[in-house]
Amino acid sequence: MLRLLSFVMFLATWWIAALLAGSAKLPLPSAVLAVAVAEARSGALLLHLGATLGRVTLAFTLAMALGSAIGYMMGRIRLADRLGDPWLILLLNLPALVVIVLAYIWAGLTEVAAISAIAINKLPTAVVTLREGTRALDPALDEMATVFAFPRWRRFRHVLLPQLAPYIAAAARSGLSLVWKIVLVAELLGRPNGVGFEIGIAFQLFDIPLLLAYSLTFAAVVLVIETLLVQPFELRTSRWRLRAA
Amino acid sequence: MRLDVNIISKSFTSAADKRHEVLAGIEFTLYSGEIGVVVGPSGCGKSTMLRILAGLDQDFEGQISRPRKARLAMVFQEPRLLPWRSVEDNVRLAAPDAEEAKLAALFAVLELTAHRDHFPGELSLGLARRVALARAFAVEPDFLILDEPLASLDDALAHRLREEIAALAANRPMITLLVTHSIDDAVHLGDRLFLLSSRPARLLHRMPVATPRGERSAAVIAALKADLARLDLANTPGSADLDGEPQSK
Repeated sequence: MLRLLSFVMFLATWWIAALLAGSAKLPLPSAVLAVAVAEARSGALLLHLGATLGRVTLAFTLAMALGSAIGYMMGRIRLADRLGDPWLILLLNLPALVVIVLAYIWAGLTEVAAISAIAINKLPTAVVTLREGTRALDPALDEMATVFAFPRWRRFRHVLLPQLAPYIAAAARSGLSLVWKIVLVAELLGRPNGVGFEIGIAFQLFDIPLLLAYSLTFAAVVLVIETLLVQPFELRTSRWRLRAA
Repeated sequence: MRLDVNIISKSFTSAADKRHEVLAGIEFTLYSGEIGVVVGPSGCGKSTMLRILAGLDQDFEGQISRPRKARLAMVFQEPRLLPWRSVEDNVRLAAPDAEEAKLAALFAVLELTAHRDHFPGELSLGLARRVALARAFAVEPDFLILDEPLASLDDALAHRLREEIAALAANRPMITLLVTHSIDDAVHLGDRLFLLSSRPARLLHRMPVATPRGERSAAVIAALKADLARLDLANTPGSADLDGEPQSK
């Protein structure tokens, strides 16, 4: 209910601002909706959204898997931490644009270059978060698992993973928002499709309704994925905390 | 099956780079079917000793020979349950082969039947301790280590759990080592009592109890307690060892 109210307020503000600024700078919500519907009818919207979502999924999965593994190793093995730390600091502070441009230069304007560039941007935050999580593992439970001779998989599934889950969720949450931001830049610079590409076209033509239509549909998709996928996952992993009494 | 313990020395290096000796000279043997009870002042290093016996700490001088392939179970001083798994799952994860009937009986004895589906965070400390006991019993161990398992339980329950431990030890050819503060637990359960000194812990006395566990009358218990009290008073390094002399008739 409250969410709906804030959405209505957003629309109202937009409407008033559009009336004040004139439709050349800020078109009315109805105009943007009309463009979005037209794009959806022609199939272009779906194609571009699909391309972007595909890249997000691949880059996100890649970065999470690699980042979690590296983070865990750095949290457990001191030598790995010492060797990896300078690289981590470098990657953390490297501007996304530099990574994307270099990737396109070295690997060409290809899908592989785009996806790896996005993944590399997200990787260090996942590593840092998972390293923190690994350092916070409870040695008492580790000892318990050793005494009761838990086999490897059982230990991973029931002792390790539940302890890391909040950190994985945090890395996923912050990582996803990072990926949403970067994927459009990567598409703008070197892909022939995707929301970022379409926004680039709209920018060149100064077609503000088109630009807003794509941006807002994209934002809506992000919102839906966050509420339907990320938040339920977070809730599930912390289920055992809620009932504490 | 027997357990030979010979810890010559165990020390820790503190944050300030000082070495602290925690254990200095603990040697004893325990046989299958016996309950050994370790009594000593608090903070003397009993838990450190148990960690060594459980194989969790290998950085010490000396030797432990545990029976090969012995199934180990331990009740830690804190329950150490997995907070994200239910009571039943906590037990089943440690003892995946346990039959439902046996588990049900175990839960019933420990009065945990109503709590099977609860998470550890929902339990009182006393209940959580009972879950830890259930987990250790469910494993059907060959070597059972109990680190003050009955602390913070009310007297009636502690009494019942003591009987339960005794029954379990009687049913299985199992080596049991119990660390406790309670003289009551020691004299009721122990086949061999080991008295430790304060830090660094040294084995001061070995006190075998001749009367079988089930046949200890109030008089025998009282005599044992008196013996323990006398030894405790004479708690100085180098005092006479009572090894081999049964303390009760």
